[in-house]
Amino acid sequence: MVPDAFASPYTPNTDADREEMLRVIGVASVDDLFLDVPVEHRSPSLDLPEPQSEMELLRYAHGLAAMNKVPGEYACFLGAGAYRHHIPAIVKQIATRSEFMTAYTPYQPEVSQGTLQTEYEFQSMCAQLTSMDVANAGMYDGSTSLAEAALMAVRITKLDRIAILDSVSPLYREVLQTYSQAPGLKIDVVSAGRGGLEEGTACLLVQQPNFFGYMEDLAELSERAHSQGALLVVYSDPISLGLFKPPGDYDADIVAAEGQAMGVPLTFGGPYVGIFACKQRFIRQMPGRIVGKTVDSRGRTAYVLTLQTREQHIRRERATSNICTSVALIALMSTIYIAANGKRGMKRIAELCYHKSHYAASLISDIPGYELPMDGTFFREFVVRCPLPPGEINDKLLDRSIIGGLDISAQVPNGMLVCVTEMNSREEIESFTAALAEIGAKA
Amino acid sequence: MNPPELRYSKEHEWLRVESDGTAVLGITDFAAESLGDVVFVELPDVGSELGQSEKMGEIESVKAVSDLYSPVAGRVIERNERLIDNPELVNSGPFDSGWMLKVELSDASQLDQLMSAEEYESFLESQE
Amino acid sequence: MTALQQKFDEGRRRLLMDRSVPGRVGATLPPLDVPEQDLPPDSLLRTELALPEVSEGELVRYFSQISQSNFSIDHNFYPLGSCTMKYNPKINDEIASIPGLAAIHPLQPESTVQGALKLMYELQGYLAAITGMPGVSLAPMAGADGELAGMLMTRAYHLERGEPNRKNVLIPDSAHGTNPASAAMAGFDVVTLPSDANGDTDLEALRASVSEDLAGLMITLPSTLGLFDANIVEVCRIVRDAGGIVYGDGANLNALLGRVKLGDLAFDVIHSNLHKTFTQPHGGGGPGAGPVISGPRLRQYMPSPVVTRETDADGTETYSLSSPEKTIGRMGAFHGNFGALVRAYAYISTLGNAGIAQISDDAVVNANYILSGLKGYYDLPYDRTCMHEVVFSARNLKRAYGVSALDVAKRLIDYGIHPPTMYFPLIVEEALMIEPTETESKETLDYFIEVMRTIAQEAAENPELLHDAPHDTLNSRVDEARAARQPDLRWRPAP
Repeated sequence: MVPDAFASPYTPNTDADREEMLRVIGVASVDDLFLDVPVEHRSPSLDLPEPQSEMELLRYAHGLAAMNKVPGEYACFLGAGAYRHHIPAIVKQIATRSEFMTAYTPYQPEVSQGTLQTEYEFQSMCAQLTSMDVANAGMYDGSTSLAEAALMAVRITKLDRIAILDSVSPLYREVLQTYSQAPGLKIDVVSAGRGGLEEGTACLLVQQPNFFGYMEDLAELSERAHSQGALLVVYSDPISLGLFKPPGDYDADIVAAEGQAMGVPLTFGGPYVGIFACKQRFIRQMPGRIVGKTVDSRGRTAYVLTLQTREQHIRRERATSNICTSVALIALMSTIYIAANGKRGMKRIAELCYHKSHYAASLISDIPGYELPMDGTFFREFVVRCPLPPGEINDKLLDRSIIGGLDISAQVPNGMLVCVTEMNSREEIESFTAALAEIGAKA
Repeated sequence: MNPPELRYSKEHEWLRVESDGTAVLGITDFAAESLGDVVFVELPDVGSELGQSEKMGEIESVKAVSDLYSPVAGRVIERNERLIDNPELVNSGPFDSGWMLKVELSDASQLDQLMSAEEYESFLESQE
Repeated sequence: MTALQQKFDEGRRRLLMDRSVPGRVGATLPPLDVPEQDLPPDSLLRTELALPEVSEGELVRYFSQISQSNFSIDHNFYPLGSCTMKYNPKINDEIASIPGLAAIHPLQPESTVQGALKLMYELQGYLAAITGMPGVSLAPMAGADGELAGMLMTRAYHLERGEPNRKNVLIPDSAHGTNPASAAMAGFDVVTLPSDANGDTDLEALRASVSEDLAGLMITLPSTLGLFDANIVEVCRIVRDAGGIVYGDGANLNALLGRVKLGDLAFDVIHSNLHKTFTQPHGGGGPGAGPVISGPRLRQYMPSPVVTRETDADGTETYSLSSPEKTIGRMGAFHGNFGALVRAYAYISTLGNAGIAQISDDAVVNANYILSGLKGYYDLPYDRTCMHEVVFSARNLKRAYGVSALDVAKRLIDYGIHPPTMYFPLIVEEALMIEPTETESKETLDYFIEVMRTIAQEAAENPELLHDAPHDTLNSRVDEARAARQPDLRWRPAP
């Protein structure tokens, strides 16, 4: 049998088509179209592997997937910024409709109302969840939303110090560092409990609940920031907002959040969507896409990208940010998630997380050798001080088909950050705590 | 038409001297027309000092943003607050309801550096 | 249209909050299976939560109906210049949703995600092979994010060499619009470079602009004029001789695959838009992915993490996330947009050497075929062989009949075609920037050419038809000025 020459299923034109087209163009060969490429650098070898048929590729990809230990097959108690929550079936069914999935940024409103109207819904729901005046259509992820919020506060106040609580996720602090290096902003890491802010502080950044899962005293922090002329920037957890008082109630000026927990698969860290909300008077300093409601030439309701003069393609080097995307598809997933769960469901999910995590914490605090070193109200995550290094415990948990909590011994000696959501059944929780007891007893 | 009683700058601002010696300023019909639908005007606060030919604010249409330059040095004593909610006044009445600032001149001799309506029109022609 | 029929169109526009009926639910949740715990004090709890109450079937119909007012690549020819709206293979989506890839947590121990890390490592290798540049970080989450990473790397490079004075970044007027904003976010001053009469970089102007304050050049190749800069070797030499970094905006990489490697042209750092060249679906405006790819000078500054591999004595391979030696830091909380990486990986794996090279060949043939088909009907500001896209101007129609690029673009909608990029690049008056991509057949291009010729004729005979276009969409042209003057950005209860 003679092997077939490879034919790409994604390029329809045949040799005959190409020949006819080249004739119309008036050149002899495809090479003639690339004569501007320096001759010594033309047509290098690509050194890629041989093409894989769909069947072969699927087999290989399943092989790669099989090398991973998958939450769901394993009981999973990891959170720390990415959360397992149940995703209603309609989220994927609607979001993968090709009208949504294979459209571009809605530059042409007449043929993009599907994207634009659902983005307006997203903005509305984010504003309602956070109790803020307005929200944009989405940022890359929660961490960049927070960094952009800091830069926005610097633009508004024209000050260049940023105070950030030491209870904000170390990963987000690293991202803030990346964003603040070029403008040369000074970052002060401060503790919740004490002291004022440095003179000339643009904003105070607070995570609620904080990295360790506990609620900060937002009323006190809001007062502390505002009394010194600084803005209050809150990094919020949207699932907690089904139950807890929203940042808008504490007079937050800017709110950033990670939308992933609302309908977005974990996907090893991305794509996610950053939520970004603020007070009305700051809208012209906002980064990112914003959709507005208007009318068409016949007076009918229509939606359109608006306030575009803030953005990179118009204001260029003076834009509020260089961001172009709004991660529209992921924002759509969150929109569908919020709509499907609705007023009752969003509250119910938060309650389930609260009760289950507190149940797990109460079991763990009874195990000899384990303790809960932090006081206060937590939502769905909490810190456990273990009798052994958490890394060792996690290795042993894996043998029992459990992915344990995050090892945070860098922040808390022998600390493990445990996350419990509605996805963790009572049986899973009790197997987990029994395993912790067994592993701890051998210490 | 560009009213003959006004003075004009090359940045397409107009200026009118009032009887009390203060000056009112805005942008010309030509400038408003080339911007298209004005959607936002950002003006300096009352009390701020303007330098001649220095940036004093911004004006935005749907898809463009332009700097506003002060044709003269002076102190802002009033601004057209109506433009905040009705920026379209700049399009509908650039020389009257779309005025922007009232200023106290620091140096009245700077007025001599501005053009008359006639000179401004020839300037516009030379720009084409 | 009768009033009752109109009701259908208006019904589609009713927002979820206005559809909300107390008591309706759209999803089910499990009962609480653990003992109820004490809730925190009321002072911490919210009292109101304004969210919709809509049933599942109503939700599906609402989203499905409104989705149908979108044009998309699965439904329409979408020749949007510099956006590379090509067909998105379905197998890529299927692979990306395998639970072993879609359901893994970013903070799992590395030993439990070896398959994911291996995929990332191999993709790093593919991108290095395609571009001829050794360093790849998959961390940036979009093209603009890759630009920011590349410019922060440039900054770190100059700072480490003790040259903080290098503040100027040269950006040709034919570069992508995002470049100046990215350079500014990385702390640089932007200097715009003009193009010469052929649309290439003006070498005289370039020589005059380089100084000891030069940080680098951000160039788009091919440019947004759709042209391969004939001076590119000289451009890179001038910048590098002056101590500057050459940054390549890889948004137009779809023209170059298998035809030239940017690394061979002495580029120091580029980004690649996986959502353009490598078929991550655009999603109505994201997600994307913008890996940053670097040559030897900047490799050690790449954003973290990158995936590294170690092979032990018995041949076992272990993959790890690591930080380049002098990294600029993290671009986001985790490891980049893994879902997009999986799709790009699947795409490159399907095509291999021959299929990847075919992409650019056909993309460039298709664009030149359109160029030949429309020359004489629309102005062609740079009459030379184009690459993967061609920029026409509607100024001939504007002058003769008062019909603008916008009118032409909107009339295309009536023929089921998405408008090209309009009014960009800024250096072309009434610009229409057309990128057909390689996934369109000759028949589709013939239809497009026929439509564009017809529109040129309609402009002469019935310009009103074009001014009023589009005619059959859910909305006619929208009032953008009103949207910007009185921003209405969220639902509010009716007064």
